[in-house]
Amino acid sequence: MEAWVGLFVAAGCVALFMLAMKVSNLSTISAGDGYEIIARFGNIGGLAVRSPVRASGVLVGRVSDISYDTRSFEAMVTMSIEKQFNQFPTDTTASIFTAGLLGEQYVSLTPGAEEEVMKQGDTIMFSDSAMVLERIIGKIVTDKLSE
Amino acid sequence: MSASPASDILIRVRGLTFRRGERVIFENIDLDFRRGRITAIMGPSGTGKTTLLKLISAQLIPEAGTIEVDGQNIHTLSQTDLFELRKRMGMLFQSGALLTDLTVFENVAYPLREHTQLSERMIRYLVLAKLQAVGLRGAAQLLPAELSGGMARRVALARAIALDPMMIMYDEPFSGQDPISMGVLIKLIHAMNDNLGLTSIIVSHDVKETSSIADHIYVISDGRIMDQGSPAELDRTASEWAQQFLKGLPDGPVRFHYPARDYAEDLFEN
Amino acid sequence: MQTVTAGSWLDPLVHAGRRAFSFLERTGRAGLFLLRVLQSIPSVLLRPGLIMQQLFSVGVLTIVIVLVAGAFVGLVLGLQGYNVLVRFNAEASLGTFVGLTLVRELGPVVTALLFAGRAGSALTAELGLMKATEQFSGLEMMAVDPYKRVLAPRMLAGFISMPLLAGIFSAVGVLGGYFIGVGLLGVDAGAYWAQMQNSVDFYEDLMTGFWKSLAFGFAATWVALFEGYDAEPTAEGVGRATTRSVVSASLLVLGLNFVLTALLLETNP
Ligand SMILES: Nc1ncnc2c1ncn2[C@@H]1O[C@H](COP(=O)(O)OP(=O)(O)OP(=O)(O)O)[C@@H](O)[C@H]1O
Ligand SMILES: [Mg+2]
Repeated sequence: MEAWVGLFVAAGCVALFMLAMKVSNLSTISAGDGYEIIARFGNIGGLAVRSPVRASGVLVGRVSDISYDTRSFEAMVTMSIEKQFNQFPTDTTASIFTAGLLGEQYVSLTPGAEEEVMKQGDTIMFSDSAMVLERIIGKIVTDKLSE
Repeated sequence: MSASPASDILIRVRGLTFRRGERVIFENIDLDFRRGRITAIMGPSGTGKTTLLKLISAQLIPEAGTIEVDGQNIHTLSQTDLFELRKRMGMLFQSGALLTDLTVFENVAYPLREHTQLSERMIRYLVLAKLQAVGLRGAAQLLPAELSGGMARRVALARAIALDPMMIMYDEPFSGQDPISMGVLIKLIHAMNDNLGLTSIIVSHDVKETSSIADHIYVISDGRIMDQGSPAELDRTASEWAQQFLKGLPDGPVRFHYPARDYAEDLFEN
Repeated sequence: MQTVTAGSWLDPLVHAGRRAFSFLERTGRAGLFLLRVLQSIPSVLLRPGLIMQQLFSVGVLTIVIVLVAGAFVGLVLGLQGYNVLVRFNAEASLGTFVGLTLVRELGPVVTALLFAGRAGSALTAELGLMKATEQFSGLEMMAVDPYKRVLAPRMLAGFISMPLLAGIFSAVGVLGGYFIGVGLLGVDAGAYWAQMQNSVDFYEDLMTGFWKSLAFGFAATWVALFEGYDAEPTAEGVGRATTRSVVSASLLVLGLNFVLTALLLETNP
């Protein structure tokens, strides 16, 4: 009987461990020892806290905070970047993209050419806002009309 | 132990009143159970004999009156004190009340394991001795479901005496026993009383057997004590009621029926 | 109560009132019962043997049904998910669909329903039978507290078993979805796991499911123990209590699921 109970508890723990490591993102959550950089956007679309931050498609961090700056009337997005990716130049561009037509939105970092790299608390100079579908359609329509 | 009248009485029941819904089971009755004696409670089926035992052991709470066990009012004790007292009170349930998932051996060992720090060898020794006394040592490894009603009650008796209590309440110890085990049980109860100074309360319908060992008999019915005395006194009692009950006569003041309205009225109701 | 005569137009009202009152009274008794069981739990921690025994009858005996059910639910999720997602060319997101559904909802809820049906009914029947054969009175007369020796170990075992069972259910379900999606329908194995990891958040999804399964285990075991301990001490009484135990525990789990989902979504917007 004790052996069966032991097996049961072990199986349960293995299952929970597998769910944590293989099914959930626990293995990819950095233990908070990365560094944070800030980007400002005119429009963040559907970006949310915990959205991925990618460079060339590789996950390098996550959005850790989103706030609205009432002086510049812009969205301030704080991103937590894992510490091994500490070579982003100061003229890096941040853009908000959508994965697939209906997929989740993420921040994409495109490095520039500066020698100097970004550190904890730095702000990104260049940013592209999210593509909002209505605005794109609106733009196409006005372009056609003005032709 | 001095024979002062106060300590001579182990259980003192005063002004006991108890009701089940509308039905009065006991109406202001007084009973005394003397130390080291066998006291029997007799009465027709359904008068509340089992209920009385449950009141004495504080499984039920009376509506009025007090019950003192060994000088303590049992219904005002804290749970800890009540449990301390119950370790010294054995009870043989009418149904046996054995734990169904334990073997006979483990059932008898249960109170020892719960309340003592005895070694496994000592427990085995004690359990086998108690089972031997009720003639069921050979059944030690059976489960309660594999026992007959009479056997189950004997195992329950072995369990009730496992902790060597100061008193035992027997609810119908003789029913379902064949003549031989009946004889052995009577001897056993008698011997425990004489040798260990146990106080016994026996609830039974078996007039002959009970009379042969009881020191004092209470006959109760309809919530009252109909008669009391030693077996010899009751044999000569003037009470017509007790005469009918003890002799088992069909005609007399005792009603065989549960209270009901007129039979004819019941039959011809439309 | 006797002032209203039979056949009065008030009868349905009186009847409803009585039922409401007896429901409240039972709920109150169940609450007091739970309090006493919880108070008795510390003393059980000294008796690991008793907990072991209950983990066996509550957990180990439920594991087979949970394994089988988890596998089938995972297979169905794989099929259904694939069929919907393939229309949007999004079958690579199958992992997301299977993982989220299992971890957040189906794992805890279906396991709790199975738990109520298998372990809960067994607990109720066992306790009802113990009551019918006066075993609780017998224990009390041996100066043994049934709350400490009988009820508390069972409560604890239910509480421990449920999250483990729910974890096993979800894990097997995820593997079932993998088997259908990757093994039979040709979804890319890497995409299955990566999409799942990308969307199943440890705190928001996995822990939510874990708290839910704890709460369900607690609720289902409570109902099962109370129904058994409160059963009418007859054969029919025990039968009725067992049925009622499964029905009430299942409804309680589903209701609780709604409340918890709403609460947990509220705190993680
Ligand atoms: N749990 C209960 N609820 C309501 N009434 C009860 C309950 N238990 C017993 N009674 C009633 O109390 C009365 C006394 O029951 P009790 O079991 O004490 O009788 P008894 O004298 O032991 O009878 P017997 O000799 O048949 O064992 C009976 O009339 C019974 O109907
Ligand atoms: Mg009786």
